[in-house]
Amino acid sequence: MPEYQNIFTRVQVRGPAHYGVPLPSGPWTREGKPFFSHILGELGNAQIGPFYLGSLGLASLLCGFIAFEIIGLNMWASVHWNLILFIRDLPWLALEPPSPAYGLHLPPLAQGGWWLMAGFFLTLSMLLWFVRVHRRATQLGLGTHTAWAFASAIWLFLCLGFFRPILMGAWGEAPPFGIFPHLDWTVAFSLRCGNLYYDPFHMLSIVFLYGSTLLFAMHAATILAVGRFGGDKEVEQTIDRGTASERAALFWRWTMGFNATMESIHRWAWWFAVLTPLTGGIGILLTGTVVDDWFLWAVKHGVAPHYAALYGTISDPSAAQGGK
Amino acid sequence: MAMLSFEKKYRVPGGTLIGGELFDFWVGPFYVGFFGVTTIFFTVLGTLLIIWGAALGPTWNIWQINIAPPDISYGLALAPLAKGGLWQIITFCAVGAFGSWALREVEISRKLGIGLHVPFAFSVAIFAYVTLEVIRPLLMGAWGNGFPYGIMAHLDWVSNTGYNYLNFEYNPAHMIAVTLFFTTTFALALHGSLVLSAINPGEGEVVKTAEHEDTFFRDFIGYSIGTLGIHRLGLFLALGAGFFSAMCILISGPFWTAGWPSWWSWWLNMPIWPVH
Repeated sequence: MPEYQNIFTRVQVRGPAHYGVPLPSGPWTREGKPFFSHILGELGNAQIGPFYLGSLGLASLLCGFIAFEIIGLNMWASVHWNLILFIRDLPWLALEPPSPAYGLHLPPLAQGGWWLMAGFFLTLSMLLWFVRVHRRATQLGLGTHTAWAFASAIWLFLCLGFFRPILMGAWGEAPPFGIFPHLDWTVAFSLRCGNLYYDPFHMLSIVFLYGSTLLFAMHAATILAVGRFGGDKEVEQTIDRGTASERAALFWRWTMGFNATMESIHRWAWWFAVLTPLTGGIGILLTGTVVDDWFLWAVKHGVAPHYAALYGTISDPSAAQGGK
Repeated sequence: MAMLSFEKKYRVPGGTLIGGELFDFWVGPFYVGFFGVTTIFFTVLGTLLIIWGAALGPTWNIWQINIAPPDISYGLALAPLAKGGLWQIITFCAVGAFGSWALREVEISRKLGIGLHVPFAFSVAIFAYVTLEVIRPLLMGAWGNGFPYGIMAHLDWVSNTGYNYLNFEYNPAHMIAVTLFFTTTFALALHGSLVLSAINPGEGEVVKTAEHEDTFFRDFIGYSIGTLGIHRLGLFLALGAGFFSAMCILISGPFWTAGWPSWWSWWLNMPIWPVH
């Protein structure tokens, strides 16, 4: 019964390093001499490098570094430059957005101005990285699927920190930078809008998130199971179907009456992963702009049951103060 | 017969765990086998019990149907059917159906001469389900700690159970599980994109090779895990997400009853900090 299941590489064959297929000539070339890691070779390729930096990569990393420094230094300043406190309290520290009173105006640096600047450089870094991914693919003659999948993640990031605050009229609506603080923001946001679980686009996003994990488990397990027939050579198997593809397809056909193909499983994968942040971003944009309270929305549309008032009439304090 | 062009030569007898050749046949595209029969039995029984439970309830609204576990006061005893007994039998049927499905996958894998990775992966998902509906209720001493069967009802359960521990996002195992879910989805996007970009390089371009895939990722981030490695990594990430999901709920209640934010005080209270 104990049988080799191809979980780790048993014998690592070490050939000369591969320097990559040729690039069109330009001012930048690939950096670094490739080297090998035995540990990485246990799981996948042992070769590390070379790396293409390029002007877009350099600009993106610089912007990302600036954002990282603004966030870190602000956190450090918040504990009065005490290094011990900075390390001890790091998970609790935050760079908070401006108070809602500033609306969409530029606040002083210490009142959220740094937050705006960090967000600006982080956004710039991601947009530059998007262009970089797009250009790396086209220069090798590949499709640009990776760049557009990344665009979906950028969409969710911008919905949370840029588009929704603008629609709501205040930068203060955006999440803070910080480990525990961004979790606190998420929970508070959900509570304020009547529980995000009742937001249908949140439901869809969760379905695609769990669906992506399910799909990757199914796909990865299938490919490893047919690994002895060369199933991991997916491009070759797509163009010229071999017994690995046939067995993989028949496994699912016999199991659940339906199968993907070697190519289409990657379309399923791409769409499930891309739709996770895409639908999530829509759910965020609708919250507080179109729908104030998702629970009441769900009751109105027959999704959630209507509960009889157990404690008499309760007045909504935010309504009493003349809020929205 | 619903057979693919190449299918006939693969439809051979053998590979069964139980029943020899008795159930070794197909119905349409589906393989049956002994565990196909038990799957059908548990699935039909469980589904009918769910419909019965819905009929006993106040609504046929698909979102609001709710078949709840017994009240906590029943402890680990059997409850009357209308008061959680249905939930108990449905849970038994679900475990039976999931287990049968996994063993049927083993038989199909053996018949096709392929590895057992898929049934192993599925068994991690079953483990997470059993943790929620059986192991944790057993540890907490009442079936009433399981989640109810209903679309909105199970969301309410997740929400309420989370707030029982004040803020569930401070649960360290929950943090790991969420991180693994996001990372798995991220890795799936990267893998799906890469393969599609090699096969569909655009108008006028020839299909690219694994060398192009490796080169793209080395140019991109300095490392390419390779065509075999990405599937190992993907499986580890996905199964890790399922495993830590099970862990995060297993420790909530049986091993930690306070709010999760205060769990982190061990870090603040370590004797290494020279400030107070």
